[in-house]
Amino acid sequence: MSDVLEPFLAATVRTATPLVLAAMGELLVERAGLINIGLEGAILAGAFGSLVGATAGGVVGGYAGAVLGGVIVAALFALFVLALRADQIITGTALTMLSLGATGTLYRTLYGSSGAALAIPTSVPLPIPLLSRLPVLGPALFTQPPITYVAYVLIPLIAWWIRGTHAGLALRAIGEQSEAAQVAGVRVQRMRVLAVLIGGVLGGLAGGTLVLAQAGTFAEGMSAGRGFIAIAIVVLGRWHPLGVALAAFVFGAASALQFAFQAMGWHAPYQIFLAVPYLLTLAGLMGAAGGARSPAALGKSP
Amino acid sequence: MKAFRPILLFGAGVAALVAIMLALLVAGGFSAFTALLALWNGSVGSWYSLTSATLVRAVPLMLTGCAIAVAFRAGVFNIGGEGQFLVGATAATAAALAIPHGGAFGTVVALGAGAVAGGAWAGIAAFLRDRFGVLEVISTIMLNFVALHAVSYLVRGPLQESTHVYPQTSTIVEGIRLAHIPGAGRLHVGLLLALAVLILTGWVFRHTAAGFRLLASGENPSAAESAGLIDVKRTTRRAFVASGALAGLAGGVEVLGVTYALYENISPGYGFTAIAVALLAGLDPWRVILSAALFGALEAGGGAMQRDASVPSVFVSVIEALLILAVIGAQTRRWRGREVSPSIDASAEAAA
Repeated sequence: MSDVLEPFLAATVRTATPLVLAAMGELLVERAGLINIGLEGAILAGAFGSLVGATAGGVVGGYAGAVLGGVIVAALFALFVLALRADQIITGTALTMLSLGATGTLYRTLYGSSGAALAIPTSVPLPIPLLSRLPVLGPALFTQPPITYVAYVLIPLIAWWIRGTHAGLALRAIGEQSEAAQVAGVRVQRMRVLAVLIGGVLGGLAGGTLVLAQAGTFAEGMSAGRGFIAIAIVVLGRWHPLGVALAAFVFGAASALQFAFQAMGWHAPYQIFLAVPYLLTLAGLMGAAGGARSPAALGKSP
Repeated sequence: MKAFRPILLFGAGVAALVAIMLALLVAGGFSAFTALLALWNGSVGSWYSLTSATLVRAVPLMLTGCAIAVAFRAGVFNIGGEGQFLVGATAATAAALAIPHGGAFGTVVALGAGAVAGGAWAGIAAFLRDRFGVLEVISTIMLNFVALHAVSYLVRGPLQESTHVYPQTSTIVEGIRLAHIPGAGRLHVGLLLALAVLILTGWVFRHTAAGFRLLASGENPSAAESAGLIDVKRTTRRAFVASGALAGLAGGVEVLGVTYALYENISPGYGFTAIAVALLAGLDPWRVILSAALFGALEAGGGAMQRDASVPSVFVSVIEALLILAVIGAQTRRWRGREVSPSIDASAEAAA
């Protein structure tokens, strides 16, 4: 049984890692009352940035490039939505298109036929002593590339930051009643810019994870909707870090089902398994939206 | 003078577009002259490229652009044009294959099936929004993926062609296809249908009570509800479904007029390009005719640029995205009037 269960759990964690990173960033953005559909573009830009960075400076350079890529997209979002006060949804959609086109063009221009993109350094799994020896869960949870541990640490960190710090309280206030927060002395615009940029950092890291810790190379459009899923996961997790993390892992498990079924020799059209996570998300949104309380200012023009 | 303003603006837009492209091409180290020449030749440089390339691509963009205009004007962020297009193409193909001897009747049934399927697909998101307050932005994107995987499954499974070799359906018989326009190469009568739909929709917006309700609901839902006695929820739901039906019709027209079969990559992202088309047209169906033709030329020329000047064809989406950003950057005053996006409003109410 464990030869099915262990790969299943490992695949769950692998799928969930970039989703946790991206969703944590979007969580902060949404807690500030914004929705950044451009997250998909930030992930893609992060993935491409990590390719460029890794060619120049190894794995660390790769993650630096990933962060830069994500931040560029996030900064454009902040410019259009917060400075020019353009519509968030349309800006986000345009930025995703821009990222798709720009990374595709640059990739073909810079790496087109050289094959250099296939020879980048990658981030290897780093077993954590003792923990990785735990039965069943150990190898799946604790024999992962370092970025997964970063994701683990982020969950309680952001939960604490939102609940227990002044800045976190200010952020939540902005998301609920930005005018009131403004009157109370919170620098609304600055906090929102900051939240969007951190969202870009984490979105970029999610993209870097795909390249450096998973695929080992870049492919056009490789974010494959993860940004949109991360946004849905924030809703499913009811805007709470622990809930969001749980939703990301449930989503990871749903995606990993196909590997488990294949390993058990159960053959069904693979497209069904590919579609299951999206259907599950829709079903989850029905339940989540019914009872959850979204930040009151969410999506209102800033 | 006033009547010429849209045309002047459009001209200025095209000029700015060419300037941006030139700058990007030079920055990218491409031979800008060769690339722009290829763009010109591949899009409007000859009668053949104008009809068989540009206008053939403009037809689905007109219909999907109209779909987006209807949704956005009603305050519905339908990002699911791509999925609705695919579902419409699938239903139209299935219908056309089921009635091979249908003739013109078969054409009508197939197009109808496409529109109904697209409307139903959007209807799922409309239902989720009304009943559960699910943001349509997220649900339509999820439905895009579901549609994509469903098509991928169908063309390898139940709808696969009879030899079971290629991942596509059998070819639709000639009697059901949309006829070519004589003397215009691959251009088919779907163009006339698309033009009729756009003109009609623009007319509905301007001159009918239903159009007024839709625009009022999108502009200011609470005022429409209280001062205009409009059932905003019902109006936006209908607009959402109509939007999906238009995108589904686009899928049906594409199958019956261009591809004659269903396969996975039948849409090069028409549902997304449609957003750029609609925004450039200021969400006005009549102006969608012009902007769809422009984007049709861009897409057609993009292919030519890749062939002749080895500029990656995805370069075109950079241009499209920059166009959207330029439009919303210039229009921020317009959008600022809308304090609360109605979708969010609905979800906040459902959540409260």
